[in-house]
Amino acid sequence: MKKTRTMLAALAVGLLTSTAALAGDVRIMWYSDGVEGEVLKDLLDRFMKENPGINVILDNVSYSVVKEQLPVQLEAGNGPDIARVTNLKAQAQHWLDLRPLVADAAYWDENFGGQADWMRPDGSNQISGFMTQITIAGGFANKTLFDQAGVAIPGKDATWDDWAKAAKQVAENQQVPFPMALDRSGHRLSGPNLAYGGNYIGADGKPAPLDDGSKNFLKTFVGWVADGTMSKDVWVSAAGSTYRAAADDFINGQLVYYYSGSWQVPNFSTKIGTNFDWVATGSPCGPSNCTGMTGGAGLVAVKYTKNPKDVAKVMDYLASEPIVKEFSERTLFLPAHKGVLAKGLDFKTDDAQAKAALNAFVEASKTLSDEARKLPGWLWSDAVYGALVTRVSQAAAGEMTVDEAFARIDSDIATKVKDSGN
Amino acid sequence: MKADVPREGGGFSLGEVVMVPVRLALSAIDAPLRWVQRRLGIGGMATFFLLPNMLIFGIFVLLPFFINFAYSMTGGTALFLPDRSFVGGDQYARLFDCVNYTDPNSCAEDTFWTAVGNTAWFVVLQVTLMILFSLVTALILNRELMARSFWRAVFFFPVLLSPVVVGLIWKWILQRQGLLNFGLYGLGFDPYTWLNDRNWSFAATVGVSIWAHMGFYTLILLAGLQAIPKDLYEAAEMDGTRPARAFWRITLPLLMPNLLVVIVLVLIRAVQIFDEVYVLTGGGPGTSTLYITQYIYETGFATQLRNPGLAAAASILMGAVLVVLTLVQLGLGRKGEKKGARK
Repeated sequence: MKKTRTMLAALAVGLLTSTAALAGDVRIMWYSDGVEGEVLKDLLDRFMKENPGINVILDNVSYSVVKEQLPVQLEAGNGPDIARVTNLKAQAQHWLDLRPLVADAAYWDENFGGQADWMRPDGSNQISGFMTQITIAGGFANKTLFDQAGVAIPGKDATWDDWAKAAKQVAENQQVPFPMALDRSGHRLSGPNLAYGGNYIGADGKPAPLDDGSKNFLKTFVGWVADGTMSKDVWVSAAGSTYRAAADDFINGQLVYYYSGSWQVPNFSTKIGTNFDWVATGSPCGPSNCTGMTGGAGLVAVKYTKNPKDVAKVMDYLASEPIVKEFSERTLFLPAHKGVLAKGLDFKTDDAQAKAALNAFVEASKTLSDEARKLPGWLWSDAVYGALVTRVSQAAAGEMTVDEAFARIDSDIATKVKDSGN
Repeated sequence: MKADVPREGGGFSLGEVVMVPVRLALSAIDAPLRWVQRRLGIGGMATFFLLPNMLIFGIFVLLPFFINFAYSMTGGTALFLPDRSFVGGDQYARLFDCVNYTDPNSCAEDTFWTAVGNTAWFVVLQVTLMILFSLVTALILNRELMARSFWRAVFFFPVLLSPVVVGLIWKWILQRQGLLNFGLYGLGFDPYTWLNDRNWSFAATVGVSIWAHMGFYTLILLAGLQAIPKDLYEAAEMDGTRPARAFWRITLPLLMPNLLVVIVLVLIRAVQIFDEVYVLTGGGPGTSTLYITQYIYETGFATQLRNPGLAAAASILMGAVLVVLTLVQLGLGRKGEKKGARK
């Protein structure tokens, strides 16, 4: 009996010691579109050298893990200590308030205040984290294909119809399978919806039924998929609201015009290299305006962390001006930091196309509509995006008419609002 | 104590050496088992030996089933059961809210009924073809073939692959710039977007799942075929029975127990189809390869503002269908056995 007790005591001590060893661990869930994971690792290695008591573990995962598995972990009161997330507002109840923990809350308010509301519960002044990048949705054209086809690249004020016509001409001339492609994403559909005069937000702040502006673009879009102007592959390649990008088709020179966003710039710079020339075009115009969508990925602290002080130290480090500047310059991301933006950036690339593309997106940010700026901080954005993707892809696959899809989008969103109890 | 007797020359065989720790272990548990037997009696020992298995079954099967059922009676988006509101049978009512069950568009949860319809078609086709192909393959592999072991390995190899790998391999073959189109293009044909076509993508999911799992069922049937006494065939041959008649009168009846096991396993697996299809088609194009398990996964986990209650209700219904199908098949199997015994 005495022997058993001794063994149990040893086991308990062992367990306690192992828990104590975890005290300084800070786990980050991170996804990458390009090289940002490597850059972050490098920055974190430096942090750990300066702070030997804190062990930062970087878990590189795919975007779908962040989108599909992280929410479940958070609901269960688990998850990493810090996460890189795009669905910021809808999960705001899970983020840690860093205000009492960070070294200088005024610094955070001053430099990241513009987007702070995107990631905190409505009505609070919580500091949940900061945007690792600001993204602007917009288009990319394969310049080499345009040149070879002898078709002029549409100008700054070109409409969606102008782009469709030109891209189709180029694809036919160059025997390329896809004239245009738009990521399978509700966020991406929303830019042109707004440009066509759409507005998702009702007077009561809840989702409004689809209006004529959105319907007009969606009808056009489904028509383009049907006649081959828009790539069918991306939109019919899954059921439900699963995200699919057409970046690989663009990189492989199979696509004339690709509507995605600024986060693709480093990806294209690395993978396209000198294979062909490409340009960023901003967002095509609709009847109402030439807006794209803004958004981005935020780095947020999770409130279920066991080490809030260590988490705050890591966040303070990553949000510091020199680190944000270095991270943005090396990853070719547009930063959210007001001070860094004011002082300017020297993007670390020899690729003139990438530099020009980044400037084009900075320019495009000036044409963002008010609705586009509101959506990232709106609680129901993802409910609308999910319904849009699910039903528009069914219409694109010929399973239902566009009008049936519209009716389903409205009822899906209404059901989601009802289910959420809000 | 035969093992303790040294062999000629003073050595021990390998088997005897291996048995030493086994004997030691058995002698170590002998005393406690005898103690338990004295307490429980011989009848109680069966319960004692079954207990660990029942415990595992209870924790990992029965308990989740009851928790799942409880979830199906709740609403909202919260994950934890205590945080969820009781809604009674509302989730079931929502699933069954339909004007015409054969037209998913007339249902409140149209994707559920689309998934049910797709799964039903998939099960009918996949189970029939799987049984047919497995049986034919087993019959061929049971004959005296050249390199028979090699062919057996060839058919069994896909079973060793993970479903994700299976999905990826076939995606690389069937996608627009895949191997199949490359071959067709080389032969002068136009490439075709197989996975964008509703019928072809459905056929692909059926074909791929058969390719991936057929080896396992072939192996079960092959074992059954090899257990049939050869003298029955010899006697039939002496009586001048034709091979087809021997198949229907000897092979099939004696293979029936194995066949029944295979049918039940194939059926359950077909209803549960998910992983390789999720990788291969993602449920598309549109919802043409959206099967019930993917619907449950997406409703409960993958969509924003997920609905675990609705997903739980759908999975309870799926479980009920599986239980009914299995019972019907087992019933039919027993009826067949009794009929055979009477003859």
